[in-house]
Amino acid sequence: MSTFVAALAQINTKLGDVPANLDKHLALAAEARTRGADLIVFPELSLTGYMLQDLAPSVALRPTPQDDTLRRLLEASRALDLVVGFVERDEAHRLYISSAYLSRGDIVHIHRKLYLPTYGLFQDGRFFGVGTTARAFPTRFGRMGLLICEDFWHVSPPYVLWLDGAEILLCASASPGRGMQGEAGLESARWVESVGQAYARLFSVFVAQTNRVGLEDGLTFWGGASLHAPDGRCLAQAPYFEEALTLAEIDLSEVSRLRTRLPLLRDERPDLILRELDRLRQAGGS
Amino acid sequence: MTQASPSLDIDAELARRILTDFLRTEIGRTGFSRGVIAVSGGLDSALACFLAAEALGKEQVLALRLPYRTSTPDSLEDAETVIRATGVRSVTLPITDAADALLREVPESDLIRRGNILARLRMIVAYDQSADFGGLVIGTGNKTEVLLGYTTLFGDSASALNPLGDLYKTQVRQLARHIGVPETILAKAPSAGLWPGQTDEGELGFTYAEVDRLLFLLVDERLTPDECVAAGFERSFVDRVLERIRRNQYKRMQPPIAKLSNRTVGYDFLYSRDWGT
Repeated sequence: MSTFVAALAQINTKLGDVPANLDKHLALAAEARTRGADLIVFPELSLTGYMLQDLAPSVALRPTPQDDTLRRLLEASRALDLVVGFVERDEAHRLYISSAYLSRGDIVHIHRKLYLPTYGLFQDGRFFGVGTTARAFPTRFGRMGLLICEDFWHVSPPYVLWLDGAEILLCASASPGRGMQGEAGLESARWVESVGQAYARLFSVFVAQTNRVGLEDGLTFWGGASLHAPDGRCLAQAPYFEEALTLAEIDLSEVSRLRTRLPLLRDERPDLILRELDRLRQAGGS
Repeated sequence: MTQASPSLDIDAELARRILTDFLRTEIGRTGFSRGVIAVSGGLDSALACFLAAEALGKEQVLALRLPYRTSTPDSLEDAETVIRATGVRSVTLPITDAADALLREVPESDLIRRGNILARLRMIVAYDQSADFGGLVIGTGNKTEVLLGYTTLFGDSASALNPLGDLYKTQVRQLARHIGVPETILAKAPSAGLWPGQTDEGELGFTYAEVDRLLFLLVDERLTPDECVAAGFERSFVDRVLERIRRNQYKRMQPPIAKLSNRTVGYDFLYSRDWGT
C-alpha cells in the first residue's frame, strides 16, 4: 500500500491514571478511524503522563497480550494501527520509557527510549533504564522507525534507522515548552520543528512527530505535532497547546521518487563511518 | 563577546497564553476554580490580578487590599484602579490593629523585623480569606525577587502557585504593558511598601534594569562572573549579586529534612504535585 492516512494524536494526560488515559486512547482511535485514518500516533508516555518520578513502578506494564490495558489497545489495533507510549517493565523488573507499534491485534515493535535526559529539568535517567537497540521494522504500510523525544535530538538514532531502511520516522514526544527570549514562539518548539524538517530532507523520509499538550505542575507541553515529507514540505501542522487529532496522507511513492533523484542512501558509506567511529573509540575519544 | 545589554524581551502574547493556562489548569487540578491575590497597588500583583481575571473569570478572583496605617493613600488608590480595571471582587481588611498589637510587644524591633511582621500578617489574612472564598492564594513574586531573596519567607513569598516566578521584573513590566495594566501603575517606582519612603531600588542599591541584565547573563546564559565583568559589569556589583543569590538559596527551598530512613520526603519520595490529576 503506497498511500495511507496517519493521525497525530496530540493529547493531554492524567498523571499516573492509566485507566483514564486508556479511555482517551480508545475514544481517539475510534474517532481517527471514523475520519479515515489507518494509523494513529500517540505521544511519549501517553498512557501515564510524563513527570512520573516515583509513580513509575506503579503504572508500569508488561507488554504481553495478557495485560488488560494492552489487550484493549490490541483489540483497537484491528481497526487501525496504533503507536502508544507507556512505562514498560521487563522480566527482570527494570523500567523503560517505551512506545509500542500495534497492528491487527499484534505487537509489531517496541522501542525503548535510548537517550534519557538528566540535564536541566529532566530526570528520565534517574527513574528508567536505557534502551539498547535502534531498529526499523516492517508495517503493513512500509518500513518505519520509532523514536522517543530525546532520541530525536541525537542524530545517531535517525541515522541508524535510515540505514535500516526506514521510510517513515515516527517521533513520540513529551516536550516541555522552554526558552522565550529573543524570537517569537518557544525555542524548544522551533528546535524540534527544524530538526524534524532537516531529518526528512537528510534521510529522504517522512517524519511524523507527536507531542503532548497540557501541564504538569509548572511545565507546559506545547503540542505542535507535525508531518514533514521527504523533500521537507510540511504536510500537517497541529495547533500549539490544544488537544488535536491531525490527519495527513502519506504517499510512500514520494520516498522512492526522491531517492531515485537524490540517492543519498545509496551513496551513504556506513563502512567509512564504522571505521572512523572505531578509530575514535580506540583513541578513547568516544 | 556576549552583549552587556542582552534583550530581555519575551513573546508577551505567548507568555500570557501559558500563564493563564497555568493558573486555570493548576488551580482546577486541586479541585478549585477561584483565586485570591493580595493587591498592593504595585506592578507584580497588578499583573497577577489581570492574568487571574483572564484565566479564571473576574467573579472567580478575590483581590485583597491589606493596608497598614503607614501605607500610602496612593497605593490603596492604585490597588482600587487594578480592581476596577479587572472587575474582580475585592475586600479591604486593614492589618493595623493586628500589627500594632504585636509590635507593642516587641518595641525594640527594627525596620526589617517590622516589615516582615507586616508581610506575614498579610499572608495570614490572604490564607484565611482563601478558605472563606474557596480559592487558592496566587503568588506575585518575580524571578528577580526570587533570585535575590528580596522577599519575606512565609510572608509575600507564600502562595499556592506563582505565575510570575520565571519573569524578571523587566519582563513583568513588558507583559503588564502588553496585557493592559494601567499606566499609573506601570510608571511608579517599585516598592514593597513596608515603611514610608521605601523603594526596592533604593533598598537594593541598584536598579532592576541593571540587575535583570546581570541575572539574565549569570542564570539564564550561565556566564561566569569573569565573563560578566568582561561584558561590562563592575566586579563589585557582580560579586554582590552572586552573594545575594547564594545566601538566599534557603528561601527557594523547602526546609531540609534530616535523613534517617531509606525513604525520605524530598530525597527519595518524589512525586509531582499533579499526581493523579
